[in-house]
Amino acid sequence: MSSSKKIRVLVAKPGLDGHDRGAKIVARALRDAGMEVIYTGLRQTPEMIVRAALDEGVHCIGLSILSGAHNALFPRVMELLKEEGIDDVLVVGGGIIPEDDIPELKKAGIAAIFGPGTPLDEIIEYIKANVKL
Amino acid sequence: MSVSELVNGVLSGKRRELARLISLIENEDPEAAEVLSRLYKNTGKAHVIGITGPPGSGKSSLVTKLTAELRKRNKTIGVVCVDPSSPFTGGALLGDRIRMQEHTLDKDVYVRSMGTRGHLGGLARATSDAVRAIDAFGKDIIFVETVGAGQAEVEIIEIAQTIIVTDVPGSGDDIQAIKAGIMEIADIFVVNKKDLPGADRKVTEINAMLDIDPIERAWRPPVLLTNGRTGEGVLEVIEKIQAHLQFLKESGLLEQKGLQRSRDELHDLMRYKLTRELYQKLEGRPEYEAAIKKIAARKEDPYTVAERLIAEFLFSESR
Amino acid sequence: MKDSSKLRGLVNKWEDEAVATTVKRFPEREKKFETISGLPVNRLYTPLDLEELDYEKDLGFPGQYPFTRGVQPTGYRGRFWTMRQYSGFATARETNERFHFLLEQGQTGLSIAFDLPTQIGYDSDDVLAQGEVGKVGVAIDSLSDMEVLFEGIPLDKVSTSMTINAPASVLLAMYIAVAVKQGVSMDRLRGTIQNDILKEYVARGTYIFPPKPSMRLITDIFKFCSEKMPLWNTISISGYHIREAGSTAVQEVAFTLADGIAYVQAAIDAGLDVDDFASRLSFFFGSHSDFLEEICKFRAARRLWARIMRERFKAKNDDSCRMRFHTQTAGCTLTAQQPDNNVVRVTLQALQAVLGGTQSLHTNSRDEALSLPTEQSVQIALRTQQIIAHESGVGDTIDPLAGSYYIEALTNKIEESAVAYIEKIDAMGGAPTSIENGFIQREISEAAYQFQKSVDESRRVVVGVNKFTVEEESKFDYLRVNPKAEKEQVKELKKVRLARDEEKVKKTLDHLHTVAKSDENLMPPIIDAVKVYATLGEICGILRDVFGEYKAPDIL
Repeated sequence: MSSSKKIRVLVAKPGLDGHDRGAKIVARALRDAGMEVIYTGLRQTPEMIVRAALDEGVHCIGLSILSGAHNALFPRVMELLKEEGIDDVLVVGGGIIPEDDIPELKKAGIAAIFGPGTPLDEIIEYIKANVKL
Repeated sequence: MSVSELVNGVLSGKRRELARLISLIENEDPEAAEVLSRLYKNTGKAHVIGITGPPGSGKSSLVTKLTAELRKRNKTIGVVCVDPSSPFTGGALLGDRIRMQEHTLDKDVYVRSMGTRGHLGGLARATSDAVRAIDAFGKDIIFVETVGAGQAEVEIIEIAQTIIVTDVPGSGDDIQAIKAGIMEIADIFVVNKKDLPGADRKVTEINAMLDIDPIERAWRPPVLLTNGRTGEGVLEVIEKIQAHLQFLKESGLLEQKGLQRSRDELHDLMRYKLTRELYQKLEGRPEYEAAIKKIAARKEDPYTVAERLIAEFLFSESR
Repeated sequence: MKDSSKLRGLVNKWEDEAVATTVKRFPEREKKFETISGLPVNRLYTPLDLEELDYEKDLGFPGQYPFTRGVQPTGYRGRFWTMRQYSGFATARETNERFHFLLEQGQTGLSIAFDLPTQIGYDSDDVLAQGEVGKVGVAIDSLSDMEVLFEGIPLDKVSTSMTINAPASVLLAMYIAVAVKQGVSMDRLRGTIQNDILKEYVARGTYIFPPKPSMRLITDIFKFCSEKMPLWNTISISGYHIREAGSTAVQEVAFTLADGIAYVQAAIDAGLDVDDFASRLSFFFGSHSDFLEEICKFRAARRLWARIMRERFKAKNDDSCRMRFHTQTAGCTLTAQQPDNNVVRVTLQALQAVLGGTQSLHTNSRDEALSLPTEQSVQIALRTQQIIAHESGVGDTIDPLAGSYYIEALTNKIEESAVAYIEKIDAMGGAPTSIENGFIQREISEAAYQFQKSVDESRRVVVGVNKFTVEEESKFDYLRVNPKAEKEQVKELKKVRLARDEEKVKKTLDHLHTVAKSDENLMPPIIDAVKVYATLGEICGILRDVFGEYKAPDIL
């Protein structure tokens, strides 16, 4: 069994929305792609997400929001990561995120946004290609 | 991060350095051994408590409740949760953390999830060293939650001073699992979900099994009832944990366990190192390959060859 | 019997000769055909598939037990279904404007979407509300917001549906208080509160309290309404969110009805007579993309519920066995790619719901995979319903697909499969237990994952997503929630707090605390508290203190 480096991913639902179908499907797909996936459950504050990412030593954080609160919460996660001195973690987002919001989110440091209908393989390949192990 | 940065970071309580060190341990990075050897003198202070039991028996919720109570008493806490990795893909879903949410922002609680990465025995290969790292980091109490698949999860005995075995009322099969493997290692039994019917019966069953158990025990494991949701019964568990530690100290078993563990560990390390060196020396060498071919062709036998090669190796090393 | 053996012979002959030769030359598209939920679909259905069907027992007449053919004796010949578009965003003021727009467009009922802080019992100025205020619905903090929300809308004329669960009592209390101010007594109020906490634990996630006190809040509402609000639907037992979370059609029926069973049992355990409250239970389903399967699903659910009420709970009144339901077209089938295609999807799904005999309908807007819908998109969605009602003619005869061999066979199959699930859940100790041990969540997760994989691997075609794709200039006009909404709402809340009589607030909240600890009905003290402008967050805060909060198990 290979115990060499494994990609560790935190899949998190910031904010209050309870729609976790997407987050759970992505979590399972990443596992099936050989990654170690830590799922945080619902209603996570940015503070909780960053702390979990820090403690768990993850290489990637996947944030999922369907409520429209992404403009407030995604950049907050990035800010807190910076405060903790974490600059080597890949952060990606998903959910219902209008095209117009994406440039701002990218500027805040979110590496990629995956909207509805994104094939799971695309997400997996993106993470594999972009994480720093 | 350099070795010194990691050592100093962990010793001065920096979470990021601790997290990095555990990742290195999990990845079997040689740097991890260097860091651990420098941290070693700072370990051995934490009370390590193993939590094992079948899936769904409330291990995580028990840890959460114990943590909440111990935090009130100003104890600092480390938690390592182990979940199974898929034997096919190597991936794992590490979900125990969800239950620990209420402690996420407490700076005196450190939670780390681990996949088994193919290791059997209820723990990951890295668990033991990760616990050591958290120990050096200065946590007073470290909980280690095993996979909980049942049968052969006895490895926990090598790293924990106190072992709690959890169970739930109902499903009579569980008790078979307990009988088969983990009965002997339990220091405390916890029957969780006391609000479910059959909880009291379960307690009686376990007690009855302890009564007929032929093993001579200086410590009779108490069988406690808790409710992981409300936290009922948790105070009693903590009392028993403390009592058990006290017992270990007074009976001299703690010291004895410590010695045994050091002996085992040294033995394991030496065996590991020796084997590795031996292989490095032999692997790919023409005479080694030739010997293998001869064994396969039944011209030589593996017993004699092994004796010879090891003797040669030891001889060359001592020269 | 003789007839059927003759027919069987003919069917076999057709399979062996006509079909076999054709298949040899032109193989069928699939080896095995299945509904989207994985139920087998045969090549052909004939009377042989319905040999067991007993018209009187299994179908009956519209408006009569077991209601397979609908709950109204005249179907849609009397009145069309209620066209009810779910809406709400930003502040009460802005939502009130949208309501007026919808009513002017011919919508016949209101359906309120609340923002997440409201649904989880936090005021807009709570730290946890940051970024969420007014996002997925309207923010309601106190009676003052509710007054603005219904300004100029006579509450004796409209029926109002509120998608509110954990704090349903509080919003219902506010609605009553607004009505009373308008001079409308509560016995004349018509509408629905969702009030279905079990599916929140399973699929939707806006829970607050643990199951036990949550069930008490619900039965308190049942009791209160059975005495004081005879026209009010006290619960909308929802399969929609279970389906959206990825379940199959069978699971949707089974888990929803299992939840329903749990509510009825809880009310009976709380001392209510089944016939006193059962007629006010309502349901809510999704309308997914398998056209015929969905029609059968609605019919099967209706029949199964009737049988459960009569056989299991011994309901005497037919009204207690009558499953009335709202339907929403499936949000999860909308695609962000080529969003105009969604208009067609919604049209088919709406038609299914009508052919399945829904009582009210929400049609999704084409842009909902991208953001909240614009006014123009909402209008198209509503027009879709109006075209089906007024132009297609499908509402002119009742349950027009009944008797189709396939429809009746699949209706039976769905009912049978749902019964098997419910038996499994019963054996575990009922819906609450199977939610707590994660059985239901795991079943849904697994189905969702399998579905997604089938799309990803192109075993299932989603037009515009994995087939017939185009490079898109994705410039779509969409609704932006007023970015100042949060600030404005927090300011309003401050004003309310300054203007109210603090002493009265404290007194009513203290009283609520006392009642919460007892087993008296919670509705009256909640009404007292909202009347003096205690906020939603304050009221839920008291209940949180007494009841604690629910923590989800780790189910993936």
